[in-house]
Parts: sequence; C-alpha cells; structure tokens
Amino acid sequence: MKRARVAWNGTVTEAEPLDDGRLRLPDGTIVDELDVMWLPPVEPGVIVALGLNYADHAGELSFAAPKEPLLFLKGKNTLVGHRGRTVRPEGVNMMHYECELAVVIGRPARRVRAEQAYDYISGYTIANDYAVRDYLENYYRPNFRVKNRDRATPLGPWIVSHDEVGDPMALRLRTYVNGAVVQEGYTGDMIFSIPYLLEYITEFMTLAPGDVMLTGTPKGAVNVQPGDEVVTEIERIGRLVNYIA
Amino acid sequence: MVNVRLRLAGMRRTIEAKADPWSGTVSFDGRMHHIDEWEWDVPVDGVMYGVALNDQKEWEALSTEMNAPPYEKPPEGPVLYMKPANTINAHRRPVLLPRGVKHLQAAPALGIVIGRTAARVQREQALDFVFGYTIVHDLSIPHKQRYRPAVKEQARDGFAPVGPWIVPKEEAPPLFSLVAHVYVNGRLVQRADPSRFRQPVEQWLAEVTEFMTLYPGDVLFFSWPADAPLVSAGDVVRIEIDGIGALENEIAPEQGGDEQ
Repeated sequence: MKRARVAWNGTVTEAEPLDDGRLRLPDGTIVDELDVMWLPPVEPGVIVALGLNYADHAGELSFAAPKEPLLFLKGKNTLVGHRGRTVRPEGVNMMHYECELAVVIGRPARRVRAEQAYDYISGYTIANDYAVRDYLENYYRPNFRVKNRDRATPLGPWIVSHDEVGDPMALRLRTYVNGAVVQEGYTGDMIFSIPYLLEYITEFMTLAPGDVMLTGTPKGAVNVQPGDEVVTEIERIGRLVNYIA
Repeated sequence: MVNVRLRLAGMRRTIEAKADPWSGTVSFDGRMHHIDEWEWDVPVDGVMYGVALNDQKEWEALSTEMNAPPYEKPPEGPVLYMKPANTINAHRRPVLLPRGVKHLQAAPALGIVIGRTAARVQREQALDFVFGYTIVHDLSIPHKQRYRPAVKEQARDGFAPVGPWIVPKEEAPPLFSLVAHVYVNGRLVQRADPSRFRQPVEQWLAEVTEFMTLYPGDVLFFSWPADAPLVSAGDVVRIEIDGIGALENEIAPEQGGDEQ
C-alpha cells in the first residue's frame, strides 16, 4: 500500500495514490494528482542520514570506504514534497542531487538487532539529498550549510510499505536530469546494509515511528542548474520529481 | 519573580507561571510552590541546534590544530550540530552513562528559544525572533575529532536536558549578563559568561537563518565546553544561569537488559 500526504481544498490530508495517477482521500473522494500539492509523506521527528555509504560514491569523492557508518542529522526545514522547488544559491559552483532510499520507522526502535530490523520499518520512500559543495568545511563534515538547507531534501512522493517493497537491499536507483540518466546504482551495493545501520544507530538513539533514515547515494553526482528537472527514481517505490530554482 | 513558561510532567501544554530563578519558588493558580515539589517536562518542543566553536576559550586552545590536517584552516561559516528529539531530557531526570564509558563532558549552554519563524533575519532584527532563554545541559562522550559529525558522542538518548523553564527575553537580564555556574555534587566547578562567545548571538542568528529556517520552539544553543567538567555515574550536575534558573540532572549508570 502507498501513502501520501497532500494539501487539498485548504487542508492537509493523507491520500492513497491509485495506479491511474489519481488519489483516493480517506473519505473516498477521488482527486487528480495535479489538483493537489504534494507534501513530504511523513513528518519525522528525527532524520538521520548516511554519508559515503556506497563504495563507488566514496571513491568518486576520493574517500576510502568508511569502517564505521558516517552519520549526520537533518532538520525538518530541509524537507520539500514531490514536484517542489529547491533553490540553487546564487554564485555557487557545485550543487548536486543524491538519490537515496529513505527508510521510515514504524515502531519505537531501541537496541534493535539486525535480524529483527525489518520488524521496525513501516516502509520506504525516496529522498533527494542535495549538497552544495561550495560550502564544505572540514568541521563536522558534511556541515549543515551543505546539507541542512531549507527545502533542499525533496522527500516522497509516497511511502510504500515494507511488505510491498520486499527486499530493500535489491532495488535499482536512478536519477534523471531533464530526462537524461545521470546516476545509477543498486541498494545491494551499500557498504552498511539497512539492518546493520538500524542496529548500529538504535544502540544509542531511540528512533520513533515516523523517523526517517536516509541510506546514502551511489556514484554519479553531477552539477545542476536553475530550471533543471531532477527525477530520482527507485525501483518498486516510484519517481520523485524536483525542480531547481 | 519573573514570568516563565513551563511544563510539568503529565501536561500536554506549557503554562505561564511566576518564578524566582534564584530560590526556585514558583507560583501559579494563586499558590506558591517549590520547584522540587514536581516532576518536570521540557518547556520546548522544537529542534535543538548547537553552535560549535563559539567558545573563545576553546577556539584559542584549538588555534594550532585548526590550521593543520584534516581541518587545514579555521571554519568560516557556522559549525552546527544537532541534539535530536531522542536526546531531549527534563529537569531532574537522569542521564544514563553508557556502558563502557567512564566520563561525560557536561557543558553548560545558553538556549535561545525561537518565538517567530526566522528565515534570513538581519543581525539588527535578530532578537525580535527570540522568545526567551532557557538552560541546556550539553552532554557528550569526550571526543577530539571534529572532522566528522559526532553523532554517536553527542546525540545519545537523554543527552540534552533542557529547562526547567523559559524566561521571556523581556523578563530576563540583558544577554551579556547571563552568567553560568556549574556545580557538581554541590561544588562550583565552572563559571562562564557570554563575553566568551566568539560572535554575538544576533550575528549567529543571522548567519544560521541565511540557509536554514528556525521555527517557533526551536532552540539555538551556545555552550561553554572549554572548561566544562567531566562527570561520571552518581554525579549530580547543576547548571545555574543568572536570572534564568537552575537545571539539575544526575548521571546514572546504564543498566543492562532491554532485550527485544
């Protein structure tokens, strides 16, 4: 089952995307997908993200693969829904997308063992975790000015339940800029798997239902420009559209 | 007595009360109480961001290191870290010392509570977006490296006690006079004040909101880590900030178990 959050008719509501592109609201009303404003499908209390979790991307950035997960945290100011706009700051040289599988927590998760990890996951969505590399500094890197910018983390379009996705470690990821494929990867190539990460993180951090873990991005980071349409796509989940402003 | 915003355990909403930051006397509903009569909840519900490397004393101690690898040069933009929702802890609730860890760094911090959505604010107007002040107890497992985010050291469950209340800025003494005293088991171990801030709070608010919006209830906090005490299991840490109040928490050993 898919779950979206949309603004429609002056209110915010949950909605179920149908196969024909329309949406069913909880009261049965059917609306066209272009008549709603898509919101991030979840309002996480905590967003924990992974850096350098694909060996090919780490190599692309001239880093050896990390021995321990490289975690960073993000605020809710960063999120923007499907079909939203993300600003490229004026005068910067390098801003790139990052297609990432986003894990949505379903149960309070503390000291979860890897073998039980999937019991704590309600579903998956897509994140595009933009980075503005001009602002990188060597303190708590990637620093907030690079990764915690307003509306620079599109999330959505919807959450697909764990049962429907099946094995999240066997999904193709792809990013298109203006229709051309620019990034391709496979979740099975993560250095630290989702079960491993959930065990690692919840050893010291209790995650709550609705919290989100972004699992890192594969190789293929390319500069984007105002006016670009950036589509991040993950097999069995969907396509998240974003526009650079 | 000053007007404060507080929340007691079991309350869904914050209330207004009158309090004496020095004696801990609190008055609401026409009755006087002492702060120790109640179980407290945290008075804020937003995101907590810390401004790192703002303590001039810490900055000076690191000046050589900051010009060597992996840092290469001192930071130009704000260096931030987050205390996410799992870290938030209340006045007089225990902080758990992780198994295998001997000491925690217990840094006092001044919390600036946002009152109005603050995006791209000008330095001159920055305080208009501030509702008031609170106390943050910025705990971490001591760590030297600052190259990567220290999530495992800083963002552990319960590592950010905050409270006991918020004092609206109109009720509080001027920012520069908010002096912090830290007591461990009743003994004064640290005294610090905002003259040690490398930049004024207003300047940080301008630099931070240039790229990230702060929302009502969010907290931007400024700690004094340079001479903060190391504490261990059994220690009671009390952070007083003049005109704001006192935040007290005990460090307790983490127990085993929690089998799933």
